[in-house]
Formats: sequence, C-alpha cells, structure tokens
Amino acid sequence: MLLQLKQVSLSFAGNTVLHDVDFGVEAGRIHSLIGPNGAGKTSMFNVITGFYRPQQGDITLDGERIVKRKPHAVTRMGIARTFQNVRLFREMSVLENVMAGQHCRTKSGALAAILRLPSQRAEERQILETSLECLDFVDLLGQQERLATNLAYGHQRRVEIARALATEPKLLLLDEPAAGLNSSEKQSLIELIRRIRDERGVAVLLIEHDMSLVMNVSERISVLDHGSLIAEGDPHTVQNDPRVIEAYLGQDEEELAL
Amino acid sequence: MSEPKPTPVTAPDGQEPRPRNLFQRLYAAFESPGRRRALHVVILAILIVTPWISSQYTTVILTNALLYVVLCLGLNIVVGYAGLLDLGYAAFFAVGAYTVSILTQQFGVNFWAAIPFALLAAALAGVIIGGPTLRLRSDYLAIVTLGFGEIVRFTARNLEITGGASGLSHIPEPSLFGWHIDSSIDFYYVFVVLAVVAYVASQRLFDSRLGRAWLYVRHDEDAAEAMGINRVATKLAAYVTGAIFGAIGGIFFSVNLGAISPESFSFQQSVLILLAVVLGGMGKIPGVILGAFIVVLGPELLRDFGTLRLLIFAVLLLLIMLFRPSGIWPEKRS
Repeated sequence: MLLQLKQVSLSFAGNTVLHDVDFGVEAGRIHSLIGPNGAGKTSMFNVITGFYRPQQGDITLDGERIVKRKPHAVTRMGIARTFQNVRLFREMSVLENVMAGQHCRTKSGALAAILRLPSQRAEERQILETSLECLDFVDLLGQQERLATNLAYGHQRRVEIARALATEPKLLLLDEPAAGLNSSEKQSLIELIRRIRDERGVAVLLIEHDMSLVMNVSERISVLDHGSLIAEGDPHTVQNDPRVIEAYLGQDEEELAL
Repeated sequence: MSEPKPTPVTAPDGQEPRPRNLFQRLYAAFESPGRRRALHVVILAILIVTPWISSQYTTVILTNALLYVVLCLGLNIVVGYAGLLDLGYAAFFAVGAYTVSILTQQFGVNFWAAIPFALLAAALAGVIIGGPTLRLRSDYLAIVTLGFGEIVRFTARNLEITGGASGLSHIPEPSLFGWHIDSSIDFYYVFVVLAVVAYVASQRLFDSRLGRAWLYVRHDEDAAEAMGINRVATKLAAYVTGAIFGAIGGIFFSVNLGAISPESFSFQQSVLILLAVVLGGMGKIPGVILGAFIVVLGPELLRDFGTLRLLIFAVLLLLIMLFRPSGIWPEKRS
C-alpha cells in the first residue's frame, strides 16, 4: 500500500466526521472516494494532507508516518492535492502558479538569491523547466504568461493540477475535479487522469460526484457514508452493493418523505 | 478550513486588458528591459553628479533620502511582499545602529569588523520577535510589533551601555583602504552604494524562489502550504531579511551622524517608513523608492510655507491616497 489509513477518527466539537476509517491506496492505482454529501470525503482529504489532525489513528505513506505532520511536510513527502473550489494564486501568472509546486523540491535562500550563486541560477532554471513541462502535460503551454484567474474555469482546474504535479508527488488527491466542467472537458479530464498514472506513475485518489466519470476512470472505489467506509471494490462490485444503493437511495426516500 | 467561494472568471480568449489611464501608460513605458536599463543609467548619472552641482544642504537631504530608500526597501519585503504589517520597523534600525556604535566607540572594534555582529544582532531580533508572533493574524501582529519597537527604544533609554536618554556620541568615522569617510559628500556616496545594493538585492530576491514564496503565502496561506511551502519559515525569512536591511541603514546612519539617541528610533520613525512604502505602492520596488524620496524631500520642498509645511504635506499625502489608494506606482497586474 502506498497510502494507508488505520482506524482514523476525526470529530469536531463532539460531532464525529470520520469514524474508525481503515483505508488504503495502492501505488499506481486510480482510486475514487465517493459518498453522499456530508459523508466526510473532503475531511478525509484534509486529514491525509495534514490540514486536520485526527484524534485517533495512524496514516502512513510508503510506510512512513505522516499523521501529525504539517501540510507542507506532507506535500514534501509526496502527496499533492487540488481543492474543491479552485484556489489559484490571484494576480499571478499561470507559470508563477505552477512554479509554486517546485518550492518544496528546491532550497535556495535569500543570500543565494541576492548573490545569484550558480547553484541558485541552476535551481531557477530547473524550476522553470519543470513548471513548463507540467504545463505542457496538461496542454496549457502558450498560456503561461496570462493571469491564472483570467483563464476559462476548465483551464484553471488544469493549472491547479499542473501546480500539484510540479511538487513531483507519488500520490495526487483531486477534490471534485469535474465540478463545473462541460462534457467535452470531462472527457479530456478522464484522459488526463489516465495519463497522470500511465506516463508519470503517480497514483490518483479522487473525490467525485459524477458517477459516469467515476465508473469510467476508477480501478477501485471506496464508499464513505456518515464518516464510515461502507463498501470497497471495483466499479462493478460497488455499483451492485446493496449498502451503497441504500446509502444513496436513503437520501432520496428522506427527500420524498418531505 | 474556510474556503472562498469559487469565482469562475471566464475571460474571452485574447489579450490581457491594456493599460488605460495616464499613470498606467507612463509606468508601462518603463516595463521594457531596454528602457529600464536606460533609466537606470540616467538615474545613476544624476546621483553621481548631483553633489558637485548642488549645495551641501541638498547633499545632506539627499543622503537622508537614500537612507530611507534602504529602510523602505527593507520594510517593503515584510509589508509589501510577505504582507505582514510591521509597526515597529525602527527597532531593527536601532539594533543595527546601537550594536555598531557600542562596539566601535566603547570596545574599540574596527567598524567593518563590527558590521557582521550588527547584522547578526538584527537577524536575532527578527527571529525573537517573529518566531512566536508570526502565527498571529496581521492586525495582532501589528500591535505586537508596535510594542516591540517601543521595548527596544525604552531599553536603549534605560541601559548604561547605550548611553541612556542622551544616547551615544563621538562614534568614530570609518575608513576604507585609507579613505577616511567623513565629509558629507563621502557619506552621500556611501549611501548611493547602499541604495543601489538594496535595490539590486530586492530585485533579485523578488525574482527568486523565496520572493515568489512570499507572494504565495500572502495570497493564500492554505494553498501555499498544500504546495509544500512552510508558511511560518517563509514569513520568518521575510522578517529576518527586512531586519537586516534595517540594520544596514542603522549602521551607516550612526556613523554618518556620529551620534545616536533613542529618539532617532521612535514610533514616528516606523510610521514614516511605513508611510513611504504604502504611499509609493506596496510590493513595487520603483514605487517604494519614489515613496522614500517623497517622504524625505516633501517637507524640505515645502520649507517656504514655514510652520504650515507639515499641514500642507499631510493634506498632499491624503490627496494622493484618496486618488491613488493602492499607491503612486502600485503592484497591480490585473
């Protein structure tokens, strides 16, 4: 297992958000996390990436503990993420946004920058080359000088993915990457996710509500409901699992009852 | 974690909006590298020639303006780039000045040998004040830095080694390879060199990995953290770098005047430096330099108005901020 969660529990002021979650992502897999609204999917991302600290449980990446580490340390260890609502750096260019990802892979400080040491210049070149390569990978080469927030929404999502790839991760977490995309953009997102795994060897864990996309792209699916994992398996198994159907249908019945 | 609402800005595929008003067009004219280089040469030539064609009074005022350029560029790293409101910047200025003065005057240390100690002291002061407080939100940080500035001033006032309220005098003038730096023109040129170094250093910093990290953290701390940027370390680096700029200003300020007192490092001093940064345009190097010159030269140019000059200067500043709220030469790219 690349990523392993063991009995992770998280609660806010007595409200249980995650309850004894055991969960794993294998290296080189495309794995989806689904579940009704409020099931705790984004909270789980925040726990994995160090934004939330679970009250209980252990999380490891490649056997190394990552629980209780700061988000920047988790990223350095090899987990990158995107946000549910695109969070690009405003008033900065597409290229500058992507360059942010390379920060944790470089180390020049103030003095090296002021003196323009050869090592610093080599690092800056490396940052530039890697960032351009990541932009090329998401098919946005040629847009690098534009302000990130001036791009079309679908392109902004791609910039965010390029920025995450620039951290050179082992595992990429995508939080609802298809939200707000039209059907042709969704199609190219599916291709992009596959290429991230096939060409870069990066495992992908995604949260997504678009079921046709999830069923199409995932090799493994985990279902979260009320903070507990209720099912896991390949798309076909999960689709026919009675507990999953109930979790999703249960919602509808409540709505009908109203 | 509070996430801002998504704002899908869908711009038509094409060019960025073109500069519209007069200011923007004027500034855009200096964005091209060729013209900027030409401007650098012209400004440097003016700086070199000025003391030979103007009075000693002008030279002294310009020296002061150049000191402010160094201080403002330093504060700009903290306020303009990292977005940390610092109301006690004069403290670092004081640490630099006092360290060098005490070492040279009371312990007979050579001026140049004393500089590293002064820089170290300023960096240490930056870590001491920054370490525990940089987790605070900006407005709380402003109060803490204000307090820190006052603590440094009162400490200088009450210690024997700092000369108490009357401060230190007879600070020996430095010499460099047999050149005894003592006349006002000598010091003018020293400050020209310092200002140029501060300018080049700022430019290079902002064009680097660390400079970009300051912007990322200022724009969105969470997204920056998610990209692997340690926000506390990044802010601390801004604080320490700013402190060192301030200390360099203080070091040469003390030997230029030959005497320092706690009142040289008052809260007003901090506010004046901050004023220049905000007035010129936070985060924009040429704007900040312009702000430094305005803050120093403004009251001098208005000397004919006698007692009214500070009032008129204040009204002018208010008008500038009213019509150019993000500074005269703002860092705005959208």
